[in-house]
Amino acid sequence: MNVLDCVEVKMHFPVGKRALLHAVDDVSFSIGEGESVGLVGESGCGKSTLVRLVARMLDPTAGDIIYRGRNIGFIPSRSFAGTQFRRRIQMVFQDATDSLNPRHTAFDAIAEPVRRLGTAGNLAGQVVDTARKVGLPEELLPRYPHQLSGGQKARVGIARAIVLQPDLLVLDEPTAALDVSVQATILRLLAELKASLGMSYLFVSHDLNVVRMLCDRVIVMYLGRIVEQGPAEELFLRPGHPYTRALVNAIPSIGGRPADREVLHGEPRSPINPDPNVCRFFGRCPEQRDRCRKEAPPLRQVRPGVQLACHFA
Amino acid sequence: MSLLEVRDLSLEFRTRSGTVHALEHVNLEVAKGETLGIVGESGSGKSVLCFAMLRILDAAARITSGSIAFAGMDMLRASESSLQQVRGREISMIFQNPRTALNPIRRVGRQIEDVLATHSATLRDQLKPKAIEALAKVRIPDPERRYRAYPFELSGGQCQRVMIALALACDPQLLIADEPTTGLDVTTQAAIMQLVSDLARERGMATILITHDLALASEYCDRIVVMHAGHMVEAAPTEALFRAPAHPYTARLIASTPAPGQSIATLASVPGNLPDLRRVDLPSCRFQERCERALPECVTGTLPTSIADPGHLVRCFNPL
Repeated sequence: MNVLDCVEVKMHFPVGKRALLHAVDDVSFSIGEGESVGLVGESGCGKSTLVRLVARMLDPTAGDIIYRGRNIGFIPSRSFAGTQFRRRIQMVFQDATDSLNPRHTAFDAIAEPVRRLGTAGNLAGQVVDTARKVGLPEELLPRYPHQLSGGQKARVGIARAIVLQPDLLVLDEPTAALDVSVQATILRLLAELKASLGMSYLFVSHDLNVVRMLCDRVIVMYLGRIVEQGPAEELFLRPGHPYTRALVNAIPSIGGRPADREVLHGEPRSPINPDPNVCRFFGRCPEQRDRCRKEAPPLRQVRPGVQLACHFA
Repeated sequence: MSLLEVRDLSLEFRTRSGTVHALEHVNLEVAKGETLGIVGESGSGKSVLCFAMLRILDAAARITSGSIAFAGMDMLRASESSLQQVRGREISMIFQNPRTALNPIRRVGRQIEDVLATHSATLRDQLKPKAIEALAKVRIPDPERRYRAYPFELSGGQCQRVMIALALACDPQLLIADEPTTGLDVTTQAAIMQLVSDLARERGMATILITHDLALASEYCDRIVVMHAGHMVEAAPTEALFRAPAHPYTARLIASTPAPGQSIATLASVPGNLPDLRRVDLPSCRFQERCERALPECVTGTLPTSIADPGHLVRCFNPL
């Protein structure tokens, strides 16, 4: 059984009279046991909204969010913390500096979920044990966030997310605020934790090289829709959708030559009341044809495990 | 002849908790039309070095030694009024996070007009067409309409284009780009970097690109300076720096930059953290405590500058 199944999930925000912002539109995907799934796309594509839906901090407009066969999508986010599921699905936030309470010590930050949702017995033992798992020296636990380095704060952020032993961890750009000098140690920690604790990951990142290293499968979103999903390695070596190709192509690399790069021009279409008959990538796509503005391409399977939303790929 | 020359620059901040030795004996030069990269971790002194070049330093900052010469002008002795002539007209800067660098309550077209009115001899009735032209040059679609937009109405990439339009409005000789694409998507980053390098080439403008992304620097820079804890540790032509890094820190940084197809197992990290720059017992080489090649003289010796190749400098007792 899958850890998570999202079925035709929609999130539409009302913005003024009869205007709906389609942040997430008909998104369906699954995360298997112990699998790590990467979610990529540019800002405004709906990946943060999707992550908040999965972590049950937002209520979807429509669709099912199914955790181990049980539909949790209809539980209002306000009362979600009172259910048994809250401890199963946890989240690591983007910038550890902004997401840690500056007046809580590292110990308090890690202890908070246990106090609220866990078994109170041996609180200190659980915190120390978790700190050890994430490689945070015990003597740093009484410190406040401003007394910790970026890498140490990232470890605190991970520790408080795993202290209740969730089986689905949602990670929203966990290394974006870190220097490359410490990025590797945090990535290695995440890979080790996944193996030793048997968690599944939904990993959001704009750094495609990082996604490629850490994830088994990758979902590419564009303007609220999934445009491609498939095994990570294959998606990078053989991107099928023109947008995925542009995305993979745009990653700078040491010794790379920008002259070889086809740059994506223009801005995305408006996500407010989008025309259901026009491909969302129309207007920026280097390969667009007439058909693309008469008929939006559905997400279809092109090879086992690979899905694409393009008429011509 | 070089356009900008920084010689033996040292800079410190006097704070309540002690003196921060932010820069020490930094040397660098930028030739006409060249793109120079300055790379290093956050806190390595990249930005403060560029603020010093423009003399837009915090009141607590004191330059304790060295000189900065721009096109023959002594930037450290120049009067505030002559600095005003240089800033924006001869040297421009684009900042990280364009949304906070732009004035949120002024239309972007007006902001470009402000720059033109202050720094150029543009006639009043020419301001608007010039501003629209500047927006068109940075490839903003529909510039007549965007002229009237406020920053919040534009995307992050569009805001950065406006910043570039502002910076280039007066045709400067040197552009300092401080992490111009941090916070932007890779696709937008590629478009912005292409724009900057095209405009620089068209105008023969020199560019300093400050970034923590070695891959980005490798693609766009002719030469790269590596900074660590306020020291310039290595400077070399881009190709030589990546082919044969001489400083252990540079080598570590390169190995910790993810490459296509790399596995987590082979991705390196740099051990430890930057040293506290307030310490009185800072070792001669500030990388010494993080370095696996450290020798006894790294602590107290006089840090040598050696030349690995013509144009390839390294400051290390035990280079690779």
